[in-house]
Amino acid sequence: MSASAVPARTRMPGPQRFREMSNTVGWGVVAWVLGIAFFLPVLWMVITAFKPESAAETWPPRFTFSPTLAEFRLVFSGWGPYVTHSAIATIGSTILVLLLGVPAAYALAVHPVKRWRDGLFFFISTKMLPIVAAIGPLYVIALKAHLLDSIWLLIILYTAMNLPLAIWMIRSFMLEVPGEMLEAARLDGAGRFREITEVIMPVVSPGLVSTALICVIFAWNELFLALNLTVTNAATMPMYLISSVPQEGLYIAHLSAAATVASVPVIIVGWIAQRSLVRGLSMGAIK
Amino acid sequence: MAEVRYVQATRVYAKDAPPAVDALDLDIKDGEFMVLVGPSGSGKTTALRMLAGLEPLDGGRIEIGEKDVTWVQPKDRDIAMVFQNYALYPSKTVAENMGFALKMQHVPKDERTRRVLQAAKLLDLDEKLLDRKPKALSGGQRQRVAMGRAIVREPRVFLMDEPLSNLDAKLRVQTRSQIAELQRRLGITTVYVTHDQVEAMTMGHRVAVLSGGKLQQCDTPRQLYDNPVNQFVAGFIGSPAMNLQTAPLTDGGARLAGTVIPLPTAVRTAASQAGLRELVIGIRPEHLHLADGTGEIKGEVMLVEELGADALLHVRLAESGNQVVARTEGRKPPAPGQDVTFRVQPDDIFAFDPATGARIGS
Repeated sequence: MSASAVPARTRMPGPQRFREMSNTVGWGVVAWVLGIAFFLPVLWMVITAFKPESAAETWPPRFTFSPTLAEFRLVFSGWGPYVTHSAIATIGSTILVLLLGVPAAYALAVHPVKRWRDGLFFFISTKMLPIVAAIGPLYVIALKAHLLDSIWLLIILYTAMNLPLAIWMIRSFMLEVPGEMLEAARLDGAGRFREITEVIMPVVSPGLVSTALICVIFAWNELFLALNLTVTNAATMPMYLISSVPQEGLYIAHLSAAATVASVPVIIVGWIAQRSLVRGLSMGAIK
Repeated sequence: MAEVRYVQATRVYAKDAPPAVDALDLDIKDGEFMVLVGPSGSGKTTALRMLAGLEPLDGGRIEIGEKDVTWVQPKDRDIAMVFQNYALYPSKTVAENMGFALKMQHVPKDERTRRVLQAAKLLDLDEKLLDRKPKALSGGQRQRVAMGRAIVREPRVFLMDEPLSNLDAKLRVQTRSQIAELQRRLGITTVYVTHDQVEAMTMGHRVAVLSGGKLQQCDTPRQLYDNPVNQFVAGFIGSPAMNLQTAPLTDGGARLAGTVIPLPTAVRTAASQAGLRELVIGIRPEHLHLADGTGEIKGEVMLVEELGADALLHVRLAESGNQVVARTEGRKPPAPGQDVTFRVQPDDIFAFDPATGARIGS
């Protein structure tokens, strides 16, 4: 009896072990299939970008072709103003969002103002109206303010677009700052400014990085406002992608090359911020 | 250096709820180590936070050094606080943590470094640790950094909110004596909050016992132990706790465990004047003396806890069946199941009013 019990404890019985293993393998397969399904279109875009235009639009798709950088050369010859506008609008609006979002989140989280719930709801309610419904008034306002086709208009609009989400995110990070630490800072004689810069900011900085990254992604990829309110002086990268689609003729390879180039900055920023991003997005999950 | 006074200090959290701190009157002398002790919800931490300026007053006032500070900002009260979870700044080094308050006061850097080093030396904190972040320290080291942050300021009053509760038992006992010794050397008025009555008794020059937001008694540890003013203090101070038994009054004494325990005349007169029919009798465990079958109080041993030097007997009393605890010598305690008898000196018996809990006949 005892002799047979010993191996049963040290080694799992056959069927049970098989179940355990097939379970692990099963989830692994699901994860890989899903991952590949998400990645395949991106891979297809990158591959197509290296094809000559004649090889890009064949059916069935061709996997053997002589790779060329011709389309990339074409993209780089014309992207100058677009990428500059996108960079200015994205960086400018993200900096503004952080400058405005941090004090706003502080007022809603650390020393909540009166009716802070209403404030919080107001910020998110601005995202409930579809932007299409506001484009008419926005156009008129931009026209009267002489801001049509101006990079300043995009900076202002992207700031307004990202600010509500940023305030909500930063607020939730600030709620994680232990109350005792803020009280210690008060006793140590830190005023509001020092409290934010020396005590709160270092603790929430991973959260600020992930907030900034999300703002960068949204602003970089924004098309609707740019398309309707700018023409040439402030046209951004997404507009460049659209302009690569000609009225007639082949364009898939060119569009793929432009799209590949357009997605590179976001990937680079995301990769640099990866560590902070994981820490920021999982803040509060662990103490 | 300063004395601290609470004058009718009151704090009400919610309108309909009873006050968290109810008209607290407390005088703390210059250089005194005052411990606020009580169970959770007794208002001890709220009282400390009121002194720190982290909690506003709803009535009364607080004075530090004969100056009313009720509406003074925390930073201008010239106090330093050690928090339960230390509340160190995680992004700053140990030295920066300790010097932060001085930096806020615009003390020059040389002076700051000098005072931080001095405090580190005073606390036996290795200089190598000063450049580390709090994350890289052990619990005991963090506790000392939190102490150091308070010492560096050279404040008029130290406030400590259960600073030892996150340490393991051995370190807690060690640090307990170190803090008491440090306080004696620096001579700075200290208000120390704890729920642990052993900490309170061993550290405090005087101990203020709080319950339900009200001050029950404030006295030296010895006086609290020997002369508790009411049933709550009697039951709270002392480990194991005082045995409290409700006993009907008879001629000449109170009836307990099949016998009549003689009570001092003062108690009997006071009880009859108050028209009481029964009393709460309090006897400390060490005052129940084992008496080889000749004692008056009879019972049966249920459980024996060996502590080494002595043993605790959990005894079920005859007649009432209530349990009491007796402390006896550690060698050869009676075994569980054995019948025992105890003798009590009349002077060692405390009597309390069952309705109000007030001490009778003292």
